[in-house]
Amino acid sequence: MLEIKNLHATVDGKEILKGINLTINPGEVHAIMGPNGSGKSTLSYVLAGRDGYEVTGGSVTFQGKDLLAMEAEERAAEGVFLAFQYPVEIPGVSNTTFLKTALNAVRKHRGLPELDAMQFLKLIRAKAKSLNMNDDMIKRAVNVGFSGGEKKRNDILQMAMLEPGFAILDETDSGLDIDALKLVADGVNSLRGPERSMLVITHYQRLLSYIVPDHVHVLAYGKIVRSGGKELALELEAKGYAEFGSPEAA
Amino acid sequence: MAATEQTVEQVRAVTEQKYKYGFTTEIESDLAPKGLNEDIVRFISAKKGEPEWLLEWRLQAYRHWLTMEEPTWAMVDFPKIDYQDSHYYSAPKAAKDKPQSLDEVDPELLKTYEKLGIPLKEQAILAGVAGAGDMPAIAVDAVFDSVSVATTFKKKLEEKGIIFCSISEAVREHPELVRKYMGSVVPYSDNYYATLNCAVFTDGSFVYIPKGVRCPMELSTYFRINASNTGQFERTLIIADEGSYVSYLEGCTAPMRDENQLHAAVVELVAMDDATIKYSTVQNWYPGDENGKGGIYNFVTKRGACRGRNSKISWTQVETGSAITWKYPSCILQGDNSVGEFYSVAITNNYQQADTGTKMIHIGKNTRSTIVAKGISAGKAQSTYRGLVRILPKAEGARNHTQCDSLLIGDKCGAHTVPYIESRNRTARVEHEATTAKISEDQLFYCRARGLSQEDAVGLIVNGFCREVLKELPMEFAVEAQKLVAISLEGSVG
Ligand SMILES: Nc1ncnc2c1ncn2[C@@H]1O[C@H](COP(=O)(O)OP(=O)(O)OP(=O)(O)O)[C@@H](O)[C@H]1O
Ligand SMILES: [Mg+2]
Repeated sequence: MLEIKNLHATVDGKEILKGINLTINPGEVHAIMGPNGSGKSTLSYVLAGRDGYEVTGGSVTFQGKDLLAMEAEERAAEGVFLAFQYPVEIPGVSNTTFLKTALNAVRKHRGLPELDAMQFLKLIRAKAKSLNMNDDMIKRAVNVGFSGGEKKRNDILQMAMLEPGFAILDETDSGLDIDALKLVADGVNSLRGPERSMLVITHYQRLLSYIVPDHVHVLAYGKIVRSGGKELALELEAKGYAEFGSPEAA
Repeated sequence: MAATEQTVEQVRAVTEQKYKYGFTTEIESDLAPKGLNEDIVRFISAKKGEPEWLLEWRLQAYRHWLTMEEPTWAMVDFPKIDYQDSHYYSAPKAAKDKPQSLDEVDPELLKTYEKLGIPLKEQAILAGVAGAGDMPAIAVDAVFDSVSVATTFKKKLEEKGIIFCSISEAVREHPELVRKYMGSVVPYSDNYYATLNCAVFTDGSFVYIPKGVRCPMELSTYFRINASNTGQFERTLIIADEGSYVSYLEGCTAPMRDENQLHAAVVELVAMDDATIKYSTVQNWYPGDENGKGGIYNFVTKRGACRGRNSKISWTQVETGSAITWKYPSCILQGDNSVGEFYSVAITNNYQQADTGTKMIHIGKNTRSTIVAKGISAGKAQSTYRGLVRILPKAEGARNHTQCDSLLIGDKCGAHTVPYIESRNRTARVEHEATTAKISEDQLFYCRARGLSQEDAVGLIVNGFCREVLKELPMEFAVEAQKLVAISLEGSVG
């Protein structure tokens, strides 16, 4: 599904990713944990194709295609989805307009017929309901005035609508209350399937008890320094990241 | 369904065409010789079969114009205009006498309007002909170069006592109304371009809504400049009598030509007690090419007088075209409790320049005005909001709120805000807010990460930025306007 080989990337001339290797097979959920500033969000931006994140070495293959050669919107259409650590506000553009435009762009790319207004509304209402989002929220401008947790849920709603093959969740759990965490986890789990993979970035073991990962990796100072099964998350929670050194050491 | 949803789809369909109204119509025209002098003024007046008083008024304006200087205070820059190098009258030959019904209109002209998407086929709509049924019921006055070529739905409006015709026709049929109101809002000596208009105006629309009548459909004028080396000087006069209501739309396009063409219109609105006039413009004159060659100079004077108590005049404009826009739709709030509104989107791309805004003159008690101006600049364009709020001593309790937002796309364009506030009454409240922002990388990436192309993302974000203004447009126009907003910014990012 996704194969990252020796990936190096810089931001504003500063090297942040220093040789990442990671293979994610279809149906697998991988978790990435690691100290603040270790490059987790940078990795997610590089995979999603953000301008300004320059790849200086290595390769990423997604479903057999060279992911790094694609524009951000092509990656989205091919099925890469990033739930943002900080979802962005777009004043004056309603959630429905935004999502309908996005969904139809993606469907077009995938050779599916575009949805008309009625079909779309039916779909979004159903998905929103399962995330406990009301009609008012889907009509409001994208993320404008949303609470932190509402923004995260809104991103998950987008994911549910776009049905990506590979989703990156960047600290989707932070800011969610306990009930919302369960709802979001249910939403994510319902998307799990033999053909879908996920990369879950988190600081807390709690999310991983709801979205149980197949593999857990520690990203520290630009490299994956340790990998293991789901029990690794528990160990990290107990011991912290001290054993992986300090920025200077990297 | 929110019209923005359709926008992006429609934009996709027209992506290849940069300015899709750039064609010309092959039609024989009746052209005045180039140049401007008293004889030309007389020629125009004679062509129109005007009464003596009107010719005198024109000549008075012309003589005054000779004593005036072109204004230089606006933040626009253009080579000096040679006023002798233009034709001041051009009429499609077939339309020497205005056709009595649409059947008599030159088929070439009808085709032109069809291409522009302007519904002139009223019979088709009335008869419920297939394909015409979903057209909105809008009465249209179509002005081609210097003359009005067709006015639709006249009969239906006449039943309610509404007069909707070309201004030339109004001069003939309703001289008492024209004489009473023309020049009463924008006097002939008002400003350089308006005075020129008074001397050489050729056509335009006239509307009178009688007491207590709510106009049952949108009225609309569609202006088209076709002939080359021609200026267009139209006048519009709208009178809403006591307790009446009218919503009026104005649209404009011109062919792509290398030379600059002058468009100097005058619009006068008069609202009596309890009357409301809603005036919407979607201005898409040819803006010139990406190197700044050609394009329309749009130097327009628009002013509304809220003469009566509780009267209201609301201007909404979406300005995407023209090489240069110089335009300040204004309200004179004379009647107590009268209301003035100005909602504006001005988009400039490439080398376009816009200096636009409004004037709100508070004279009566408890008069209120609202200004919402959104300026978007891309490429090397310069956009200026210039607004005056003047509170006169008797305007007890007057209130104004101004919101002025600028959005920059790229780093070679500019946005400027020039508010003038003069308050001479202590009880008045004037508020002014202004913001300037760049189109945000975060927003663009967020959209693209969801599958939107760069251009669709820009279109969506800018439409969101303009929403407060676009929602003021009548439904039928809103969709068109949103499309335009996106199209006019094509190629501005990345
Ligand atoms: N534009 C930039 N210029 C310079 N440094 C940057 C820039 N963007 C990110 N960085 C740096 O890159 C490093 C990695 O940032 P990143 O956001 O990927 O961390 P993270 O692992 O997601 O941290 P957190 O757990 O706090 O979310 C940080 O040290 C950050 O300061
Ligand atoms: Mg992060």
